Amino acid sequence: MLGYISKRLGLAVLVAMTVSIIAYMLLYLSGDPALAIAGEGARQADIDMVRKTYGFDQPIIVQFGNWVLKLISGDLGTSIYFKTDVGPLIFSKLVTTMLLALYALAFALVISVPLGVIAAIYKNSWIDRLCLAVAVVGQAMPNFFFALILIMLFSISWRMLPVSGSDTWQHFVMPAITLGYYAAPAFMRLIRAGMIEVLEADYIRTARAKGLPTRTVVFKHALRNAIVPVVALAAVQLGFLLGGSIVIETIFALDGLGYLAYQSITHKDFPVTQVIVLLLSVIYILLTLASDIANAWLDPRIRVA
Amino acid sequence: MLNNKALVFGCGLLIFIVACALLAPWISPHDPYFQDLTNRTVPPFWYEKGSWLHPLGTDQLGRDYLSRLIYGARISLLIGISVAIISGLIGTTMGMLAGYFGGRIDMAVSFLVTTRLSMPVILVALATVALVGSSLWIVIMVLGLLKWDRFAVVMRSATQQVRSMEYVSAAQSAGASTLRIMLTEVLPNVMPHLIVIATLEAASAILLEAALSFLGLGVQPPLPSWGLMISEAKSYMFFSFWLIAIPGTALAVLIFSINLAGDGLHQALTPGERA
Repeated sequence: MLGYISKRLGLAVLVAMTVSIIAYMLLYLSGDPALAIAGEGARQADIDMVRKTYGFDQPIIVQFGNWVLKLISGDLGTSIYFKTDVGPLIFSKLVTTMLLALYALAFALVISVPLGVIAAIYKNSWIDRLCLAVAVVGQAMPNFFFALILIMLFSISWRMLPVSGSDTWQHFVMPAITLGYYAAPAFMRLIRAGMIEVLEADYIRTARAKGLPTRTVVFKHALRNAIVPVVALAAVQLGFLLGGSIVIETIFALDGLGYLAYQSITHKDFPVTQVIVLLLSVIYILLTLASDIANAWLDPRIRVA
Repeated sequence: MLNNKALVFGCGLLIFIVACALLAPWISPHDPYFQDLTNRTVPPFWYEKGSWLHPLGTDQLGRDYLSRLIYGARISLLIGISVAIISGLIGTTMGMLAGYFGGRIDMAVSFLVTTRLSMPVILVALATVALVGSSLWIVIMVLGLLKWDRFAVVMRSATQQVRSMEYVSAAQSAGASTLRIMLTEVLPNVMPHLIVIATLEAASAILLEAALSFLGLGVQPPLPSWGLMISEAKSYMFFSFWLIAIPGTALAVLIFSINLAGDGLHQALTPGERA
């Protein structure tokens, strides 16, 4: 187990290092970052000044080294647009986005677990097909279009929920539904497939033969086993939800990391964009690491591979 | 039988959309770029104020919405197909190399896939497009260079399975070159998986382009990208929701038909396996 963990940890560190290089190099996609920051039509003197201020005149490897050293010492740089330290700026928004992702994940599970279980029990019936339809629509509907429909219904027609902002729990309802519905189909398919497999297992037949009520068999014996792979998927999906929050937060002007990312990208605020890319990647790496270790702990067969 | 129904229905719908896109210049009632400022936001025909002159109405600049919708299908399909080809080439090459040779190459490819997966696609795509500049071809290149991960993962495991087959050993002992074995023995046998992933990735690329264009960092006006049409109509949505509902529904129907065709193909091409 310890060998597996250390191997997995080593990989995670290596991936994080590679991601940090890519996140830093993103800046150079524009050709000359000094020119991009100064804007089109800037005077040569201004461009030179920007180049000197941000250290673009140094060799790229030195710049990257300095950036990483500063990151490690806790200095995440200064935002060009907001004129504040990136660290406090990002961590104040991270809470909002984490909340959104967790609510979305909760919503996804709340609809996908019952639907997946029902679909498996009544497999190949019209109920199964109805549940499949819910999943298919969720996969086909662009999430920003779904968000706009929700706004029309809940905010304009019924006047139940606020359109934009992030002050109260009501502000999180529509973003969480939009994001969660997008994530739900994957869970539904996994639970349905898992339940169908488990329901055919011998111990389920034994439980039924013992005369246990269907409810007990389904929820206590079958679901418990079918839910194991869902835990692994949940960790991965949580990472996707954090990344996907950029579109949703922008629509609802929810003041989280995604909205900040959008603002920083449109304002060419590189220090902020770089740190957000790196932060979201590191969160994803940590989540998959945690889920892999949890899986290996639950299922000894994985440790050997 | 039911699976075939999915395939037939999905492909039928898809062929209809492709036909509309190909025949756009002949079936569009108007020029999609012609602005008629005296006829702005005319509603579709099923509204009282609508008319058959503009069956789906006109947008905020008086351009015929049906014509824009038909031309928009061209953009979505172009994006889906091009991105699937670019990312498919990258991912398939990586996956087949990893699956065939194993060892160090496999480790390197797995590392690249893990790294790619840890970076959020939409964020990196947005940042890249914002820096490089946004145009249709840049969006295609950026998405193509970002979305090869699933191709690599699936092609790797498919190649691993095929590699241990007897006909591969036979070709090896007959002295065929590695390249020849890859192209004539392995590739045809992993093709079913490749086609299925390509359809799913095309659908996902279309959705990503729509999201990028919706955020203003994708295809640029006046091109009629469906995502861009939704974005442009956003400020009119409280009064004319159909301006959003029409391109939104078109996107959903296109994605639905591709996914359905992909599922159908999956069941038809790889019998005995489950999604």
